[in-house]
Amino acid sequence: MDRFQLFPVQASTLAPEVDHLLYFLLAVAVFFTLLIFGAIFYFAIRYRRRSENELPHVQHTGYTLEILWSVIPFGLTMVMFTWGASIYFTASKPPNNAIQIYAVGKQWMWKLEHAEGQREINELHIPIGTPVRLTMASEDVIHSFFVPAFRTKQDVVPGRYSTTWFTATKPGKYHLFCAEYCGTNHSGMGGWVYVMEPMDYQNWLSGGAVEGSMAESGKKLFEQLACNNCHKDDNSGRGPILVGLFGKQVQLAGGGSVKADEAYFRESILQPQAKIVYGFEPVMPTFQGLVTEEQLVQLVEYVKSLGPKPGTGPVDNGQKPVPEKSSTAGSTPANR
Amino acid sequence: MITAAAQERENYLNASHGLKSWFLTKDHKRIGLLYLATITLFFFIGGAFATLIRVELLTPQGNLVSSETYNKLFTMHGVMMIFFFLIPSIPAVLGNFFLPIMIGARDLAFPKLNLLSWYLLVVGGMFSLYAMLAGGVDTGWTFYTPYSTTYSNGYVIATALGIFIAGFSSILTGLNFIVTIHRMRAPGMTWFRMPLFVWAHYATSLIQVLGTPVLAVTIVLLFLERVFHLGIFDPARGGDPVLFQHLFWFYSHPAVYIMVLPAMGVVSEVISTFSRKAIFGYGFVAFSSVSIAVLGFLVWGHHLFVSGQSLFAGMVFSFLSYFVAIPSAIKVFNWTATLYKGSISFQTPMLYALGFIGLFTMGGLTGLFVAALGIDMHVTDTYFVVAHFHYIMVGGAIMGYMSGLHYWWPKMTGRMYPEAWARLSALVIFLGFNLTFFPQFILGYLGMPRRYHLYPPEFQVLNVLSTAGASVLAVGYLMPMIYFIWSLRYGKVAPVNPWGATGLEWKTSSPPPVHNFDETPVVTHDAYDYASLMAEEVEVG
Repeated sequence: MDRFQLFPVQASTLAPEVDHLLYFLLAVAVFFTLLIFGAIFYFAIRYRRRSENELPHVQHTGYTLEILWSVIPFGLTMVMFTWGASIYFTASKPPNNAIQIYAVGKQWMWKLEHAEGQREINELHIPIGTPVRLTMASEDVIHSFFVPAFRTKQDVVPGRYSTTWFTATKPGKYHLFCAEYCGTNHSGMGGWVYVMEPMDYQNWLSGGAVEGSMAESGKKLFEQLACNNCHKDDNSGRGPILVGLFGKQVQLAGGGSVKADEAYFRESILQPQAKIVYGFEPVMPTFQGLVTEEQLVQLVEYVKSLGPKPGTGPVDNGQKPVPEKSSTAGSTPANR
Repeated sequence: MITAAAQERENYLNASHGLKSWFLTKDHKRIGLLYLATITLFFFIGGAFATLIRVELLTPQGNLVSSETYNKLFTMHGVMMIFFFLIPSIPAVLGNFFLPIMIGARDLAFPKLNLLSWYLLVVGGMFSLYAMLAGGVDTGWTFYTPYSTTYSNGYVIATALGIFIAGFSSILTGLNFIVTIHRMRAPGMTWFRMPLFVWAHYATSLIQVLGTPVLAVTIVLLFLERVFHLGIFDPARGGDPVLFQHLFWFYSHPAVYIMVLPAMGVVSEVISTFSRKAIFGYGFVAFSSVSIAVLGFLVWGHHLFVSGQSLFAGMVFSFLSYFVAIPSAIKVFNWTATLYKGSISFQTPMLYALGFIGLFTMGGLTGLFVAALGIDMHVTDTYFVVAHFHYIMVGGAIMGYMSGLHYWWPKMTGRMYPEAWARLSALVIFLGFNLTFFPQFILGYLGMPRRYHLYPPEFQVLNVLSTAGASVLAVGYLMPMIYFIWSLRYGKVAPVNPWGATGLEWKTSSPPPVHNFDETPVVTHDAYDYASLMAEEVEVG
């Protein structure tokens, strides 16, 4: 029974914002609860039946009252809506300078991988004061990444990437929970988030044996899976050039275009036929079942490392883009 | 003398005897009692599961049952309570019994369908119960995919089939009520003379008829996916697991209004009777029921704020959710205003009804919290949500049900229950309820996720409080069970109108004759016209 508490710690930039809205809601709720309870108690005593034959006067509907007690609560709820929506909006848009960490949920553990290659299970180390963007995938059922001290929660749905972000504000050790019921050991699927001073974080990152950055692991996979047979650096391959692709608009066969983001890379590896790049044949086989979610995020991180974030305008695929070969180039989120 | 006269008089209970006269009855009143017995059984089974859950949560370690068993317990608790107790509760018992009488009809429009509805509920309930006890289901009552379709080893399909079957019971009951209200009102019973209980049931029936088929379709899809791997919800086959959540909540959010609207109808009757005053703003209360039913269909997405639906969808569903708050607020204000300058007495039904207003107010106000996108990100899938919906479904729906059961018990059985014990039960339930569920709001904001078998030790104090409250609550629910049964034999014989209430059900004998009225009533007054009621009493007396 250690550390009995009534209110959760605030350890992210989001936490005080959420709590301020909570205070407003609490004030409104307490006011109306007291109003209703008070009125009921007062009327119940003041107008208690004093004789069996009493007959109260009939009151006719008071339209003014009805309008008042519809419009005032409605106004208050619109404040709640707007305020809540603005927080939600902020929480849905990761800032551009966020560091990128990947999370994979599976029954019943969280696997986390830093761009530098550090891997953790049920633990996440992050620096204070820097936005952290989590790209999350699930190997099986729906999980939900929940850190109460950050007031943030995001379901991790299999078959797609889910994103969340936070900026920690207070060093410490905070609960990490899975909030979406995921089977037998659901309540055991959690651990700790360690918020560290930036220096400590750097030390932590550089400590321990690491096989290489995520991009390097992705590059190895890229070769093992023979992706490089078709996706070459020049126009000789049967597949589109991947260099410099991340963040660009891709022209699709049959019209339309799509932004080359993580979700697009993921889909193109698992369901290559879903979106065919203009000027290419649908010849790529699926890698569904051949790569795990963890390997997928390494591949994605590798492809991201092949090029800078979007310059201007759509890239005309089939044309030769400017190759940039450095493995951690430009302003990718992985590279701080 | 009165006793002898009442016993001699033929009524729906003594008109025929034997099992066949009950199991093949087409009398809506007897079917109401069959429902009462059935759902009381389901309620106590669901309650037993809840008891085990609360006892397990006394300690953080999970030393009473395994995680597997714990997951089955909360699943069985949810399935039993929602589909086999709360959904049928007030409509199938009190609605069945009183809706026809309150509009001056001899029975429901389709008496045979009514009996079929009861059989469907029994078959569905037994089926699910057997499936859950024999094989167990650990998906939660929400059956989220792909856990339920691909990963769970339990008897998912068998349990869902029971719910599928019981769904038809709900659809047919709703259909029966709608047709009855449209076609079978007594002469002079215009729409705006109908008691608000009838209005509430009209709104509820709309949801049952329009919403339940979607649940049925969803269960069929779940079956097809689990057995034939069609790929509707499976991302590996191009499906979308979140689609299931949309379909599920399209029914299951309005289902909350199936539970609480009838309770609001009961409370409108009871508040009026025990204030001896017409409900303030009758028209507003009546139409707020209908608007809740309609708006209730437009807010399902507020269960999916962190499921990965689009930012825009989240905003639309949050916005629309606040619209539902208004008709609910209108009701609470009008009930409170009814008390003003009333003649208020505090018999048991009134205590339960006032308890309903208090708890529903708290449940409704915390609904504003979870409808706010910024707060919901933090509290969804935590005990905050558990507390919120128990305030609505237990504090609201069950308090309303208990209020109605006490209000109409003399009419249904011809006997009075012991008033002092009954008042005590209302108090015990109110206090026990708050002690059980209020700590869960704090737990939820602290971040304790729902459906957790093991939990961090710092949450223990609040969990112990909650379990303590649950034991008080259990006593509160056992008390009426005992004194109601006691009253059947030893209770004072009930007069025709023990509360001085208006309404046609109080003009016929207690218990009513087989065809409800000796002659078809003619309605000449608005609902809740106490002046003319008392004038009649003076004339007669």
